[in-house]
Amino acid sequence: MPQEILATFNVRRLSILDPDGNVDEALMPELPDAELRRMYEMMVLLRTYDNRALALQREGRLGTYPPSFGQEAAQIGSAFALKPTDWVFPSFREVGIHLTLGYPIAQLYQYWAGDERGQRGPDHLNIFPFCVSVGTHLPHAVGAALAARYRKDPVAVAVFFGDGATSKGDFHEAFNMAGALNAPVVFVCQNNQWAISIPVREQTAAATLAQKAFGYGFEGIQVDGNDVLAVYRGVKEALDRARDGGGPTFVECLTYRMADHTTADDAARYRPPEEVASWRERDPLLRLERFLARRGLWDEAYRNQVQEQVQQTVDAGVRAMEEIPPPERSDLFTYTAAAPTPRQAAQLEES
Amino acid sequence: MSEMTYRDALNLALKEEMRRDPRVITFGEDVALYEGSFKVTRGLLAEFGEDRVRDSPISENTIAGVAIGAAMGGMRPVAELMTINFALLAMDQLINHMAKVRYMFGGQVFLPMVVRMPSGGGSQLAAQHSQSLETYFMHCPGMRIAYPATPADAKGLLKTAIRDDNPVVFIEHEILYNSKGEVPEDPEFLVPFGVCNVMREGTDVTIVGYGRMAVLSLMAAAELEKEGISCEVIDLRTLNPLDEATFLKSAARTGRAVVVEECWRTAGLGADIACRIFENCFDRLLAPVKRVSGLDVPMPYSRKLEKLCIPSVAGIVEAVREVMAASY
Repeated sequence: MPQEILATFNVRRLSILDPDGNVDEALMPELPDAELRRMYEMMVLLRTYDNRALALQREGRLGTYPPSFGQEAAQIGSAFALKPTDWVFPSFREVGIHLTLGYPIAQLYQYWAGDERGQRGPDHLNIFPFCVSVGTHLPHAVGAALAARYRKDPVAVAVFFGDGATSKGDFHEAFNMAGALNAPVVFVCQNNQWAISIPVREQTAAATLAQKAFGYGFEGIQVDGNDVLAVYRGVKEALDRARDGGGPTFVECLTYRMADHTTADDAARYRPPEEVASWRERDPLLRLERFLARRGLWDEAYRNQVQEQVQQTVDAGVRAMEEIPPPERSDLFTYTAAAPTPRQAAQLEES
Repeated sequence: MSEMTYRDALNLALKEEMRRDPRVITFGEDVALYEGSFKVTRGLLAEFGEDRVRDSPISENTIAGVAIGAAMGGMRPVAELMTINFALLAMDQLINHMAKVRYMFGGQVFLPMVVRMPSGGGSQLAAQHSQSLETYFMHCPGMRIAYPATPADAKGLLKTAIRDDNPVVFIEHEILYNSKGEVPEDPEFLVPFGVCNVMREGTDVTIVGYGRMAVLSLMAAAELEKEGISCEVIDLRTLNPLDEATFLKSAARTGRAVVVEECWRTAGLGADIACRIFENCFDRLLAPVKRVSGLDVPMPYSRKLEKLCIPSVAGIVEAVREVMAASY
């Protein structure tokens, strides 16, 4: 009996915009000039927000903070692909999505300053709170996707996580269940190549993270995570497929964490400086600037205007955050349950 | 009222609530076509279809996680974990998410979900399949825990659990599934959380139990009546919220108390109950509170040895006699 090949898989990589700002016109998504400029503005906003967060943390006004520096395209491209009715389950390094969707900046800073009320998002935004425990929100996204399908609500659910999360049991269980139950969910990994000090090559023996999806019966695709157009296109196609009943997709955005894991980390202790420098040349913001300039959509005056406007937005956010009064003692038990238990009521009385 | 088993009472509660509210869905391992490992979901697939009654892969953590996500997405899911022993695989979702989501998200998101889990020893299923882990859940704030002892409570507590806006861990005792009792037919029959059931009134000693331990306590009380000892038997019904007022009042009146717990004795929930009685009724107690507990060993496979590890009627009778004989 000759051996048979039962299955073969091709892992696609999508790249549209090169580091010099040249675009592959055949793959270029249909985006009006105003949207291309808004993508740029959001990426500048994210970088400015991020830098301010680092400054606030150094001043002791924020707690430990995970910067997004270098990953702006992966976040903003994904956010642009979402419909307002889609649902988002973020981890902790995707505030670019919050900013793009219009989540109040004051509340983002409020959360990272240690006030959980910052997680109470505006009712019109379908964004769930940050999940800091690595990868543990993947099952929630599958559940929400199944609930949406049960409600006959034609939306998709997008869940975001990092490369480290792909080593968790939750990743396996959630991918498997999403495939088995054909859940309308899109798994988006920001593969920034470092889980604190563990490089992705030590995280897995697989050549790509994207290929893991095939084992669960659905497609995984790698996109250039520093190419906002490729991210947009890859995530949008996946979301469209999920909404149309085509089931889950895994989008691996290959990017790079330019900054430390968090403000409690010092990546210089474990990362070669040449590696960091090589990625600096692939800066996602610079790449988009070059592209917009070629299209006549960007010049120094426009950049200065955007930076000034974004600075004002962030300043206003910081001011608003600092005006929020701290929680009251009575808030201790307010949110633990629909009603406090007798013992909780007694503890509040005594505290 | 009609007589039915604890299993059928749970099944009826599920059916009634699924008929009442289309947001109630159920899923877990073998719950649909196979109708549950203990047949609690019998007939549900036929009546409600596969959209609402779903088999899931063997992924306990994700069964819990999917229930959380579905509850966030407007459903009222009832997840089944095959037994409480497998809940250990789901502890991250249950403790780190289910119990904390409302709190960490500032009250914006709440989880009207139930996780059902058969529990308890006595069926010779050995160390990994016979555990009583109720204390693990009771230790953590942010969830409700119901543990019915009778068929009527099985129905009434499960219906309350499904209608509750808090996440509920719903523990069912495997040996009680075939026990029979009168169950109200009224589809609006609910047993409120946080209210003990005084199963039997008495004047000499208070016995506090839950689940199968409450049933054994009632049998012990019948034995002790022959010796002229009048026992008040209190079933906790819900471990969270805990109705301490009822058992404290009883213990203060009788002056003697025995707490019966199926779990391991070390740091078991009986220690918390006994402590509450000591803290609140010390000057009314005529004798130290006594605990009857599971032995601090992994459950033996041997039937003979297993019996020694689980509280028994004889053990409760003996403990009550000792409490009656003791004094300060």
